[in-house]
Amino acid sequence: MNAFDILRTSLRSMRGSPLRSALTTLGIIIGVASVVVMVAVGAGTQAAIREEIEKLGANVIMAIPGAAFDGSVRLGAGTRPSLTDDDADAIASGARHVVAVAPTVAGIVQTAWTNQNWSTSVYGVNEGYFEALDRVITDGRMIDEQDVATNAKVVILGATTAERLFASTDPIDQIMRVNTLPMQVIGVLARKGQTMDGSDLDDLILVPLTTAREQLLGRTIGKARSVALISIKARDQKLVNSTIEEVREILRFQHRLGADQPDDFRINNITETARVQEESSAVLTRLLAAIASISLIVGGIGIMNIMLVSVTERTREIGIRMAIGARPSAVLSQFLAESVLLSVGGGMIGAVLGFAGAIFADIYLGMRIELTAEPMILAFVFSALVGIVFGMYPAMVAARKSPLEALRYE
Amino acid sequence: MNLVELKGVGRRYDMGDVAVHALKDVNLVIERGESVAIMGPSGSGKSTLLGILGCLDPPTTGIYRLAGEDTGGKRPAQLADLRCRRIGFVFQSFNLLVRLTAVENVELPLAYAGMAPSERRKQALSVLGLVGLADRVSHFPNQLSGGQQQRVAIARSLVNNPDMLLADEPTGALDTATGREILAMLNAVNKRGTAVVVVTHDPTVAANMRRTIALADGVIRSDRPNLPPAPSGAVAGTIGP
Repeated sequence: MNAFDILRTSLRSMRGSPLRSALTTLGIIIGVASVVVMVAVGAGTQAAIREEIEKLGANVIMAIPGAAFDGSVRLGAGTRPSLTDDDADAIASGARHVVAVAPTVAGIVQTAWTNQNWSTSVYGVNEGYFEALDRVITDGRMIDEQDVATNAKVVILGATTAERLFASTDPIDQIMRVNTLPMQVIGVLARKGQTMDGSDLDDLILVPLTTAREQLLGRTIGKARSVALISIKARDQKLVNSTIEEVREILRFQHRLGADQPDDFRINNITETARVQEESSAVLTRLLAAIASISLIVGGIGIMNIMLVSVTERTREIGIRMAIGARPSAVLSQFLAESVLLSVGGGMIGAVLGFAGAIFADIYLGMRIELTAEPMILAFVFSALVGIVFGMYPAMVAARKSPLEALRYE
Repeated sequence: MNLVELKGVGRRYDMGDVAVHALKDVNLVIERGESVAIMGPSGSGKSTLLGILGCLDPPTTGIYRLAGEDTGGKRPAQLADLRCRRIGFVFQSFNLLVRLTAVENVELPLAYAGMAPSERRKQALSVLGLVGLADRVSHFPNQLSGGQQQRVAIARSLVNNPDMLLADEPTGALDTATGREILAMLNAVNKRGTAVVVVTHDPTVAANMRRTIALADGVIRSDRPNLPPAPSGAVAGTIGP
């Protein structure tokens, strides 16, 4: 009796009662399908969060001015213009693991070109901005040091803004108006899309920091060299937290804050927030997958139950096989192969159904999914294990029967 | 060397507090190539004796030597190998596996003996030819008549070239004419040198064997050769070429 004989025998007895075989394996099918769906949806959510982090700029921390404290009235964050270009310079030269520092001012402006006009956000930036926030140029060039030094009247368009104003015209080198100021378009940013809360990361224009401060936004907020925020990019994800501490020390030193005085600025770690989200979603995915795998166990018990019934029903067959020379091990392998075939067959059907279910969730429920081979392989291996574990006892019952009693069984 | 040697063999079944002695102190020798009928009323222990002879059920006392080999203390797997090599079984109710075709049923002992698929198919087909079923090899048991099924069973019992064929009421489920055919076939098997042991309570069947052992209450009451020539019910059978 070689492996092929055993397999053929088992297949034949499964085919003998197709409905029962299908019902037996239903638990495994449902279990594997739900594991596959859960993992696909969970991985999809994590992928979405990861992309969000990339949109916001990986490993970026942001320093923003603190809230003004005027007697007893506290105003909102950023109302106290405490951060300046000098702070940014100090961070750039003082913090060890920083690859880019981008002091930024921001405002709302009206832009116009020929008969089109569009209200959008303007950011006054330096040359470090692009690296700090992972923004790339599809056309033209970035703002460089010289633009900042010379208050150059140049502008880079976000993809949405470029579309609104220029439609199909190539905007590069065109002269447009920002508020009343004529400026030359030198580049267009690559599209980043929307954040999770729906704000458009491409509806903006970038101009040199100095130009924005002195010619577009006026000096309404504070000192000449004040900025609305400083974006700082750490070299590595592991260095984000130590960089936060370094930046805090540098800013406190810059602002000559005594040990008993609170910070007059805030440091936001946006990627950290997203990462925490990602981790909690990963935990949730694992939990759901664990719950789903319980149904695999329940499926295994179903298989064991039916196999026990089947062993009893086929007592006479077992007796005949033993009488004509089947060793107990041959009987054991026959029944074990049957339960493994049932569970692995169920596992395969379940994987296919889970795959289909995940695609259904993607198309009709709009859920983000990520299909990987891993959960399928795992489910497959797991269902084979379930077949072996829960098939072993019934197979042993079969193998231990006395040949004579089995032959006489009616 | 004797094929079968039973010395003081007993079989006790424990049913709760009561011990039932199905066989008590049976001494028996069967030589190679013999044909033996075991008779007795129901409950006399003849099926128990058949189970012991067939290595299906070990005796509780005594020694059973099969072809000189002591069967005592052997593990189930070793007993399975003994059955596979030395013993063929024919039952009253044929006991074919219903999901297998005739030739697959006949192949089964060879598969358990570890023979390669192509070779065992060849051998099974040739034995089915011997029992006259060359044109029914791919039929399932439910597509065959009782006599045909029993002939498949005989083919299955012979395919391993056993030393002994054990038949338990082989004609019990067949009409008289078919029963005679099967008896003739058993005689033919015996002529080829295989010992045949038949358990029966049909005197006609017993008369076809050369020796009759009568059991009652678990002991041998008589053991004597049948008188030649065979009575009118006897059939001279032939098997194959």
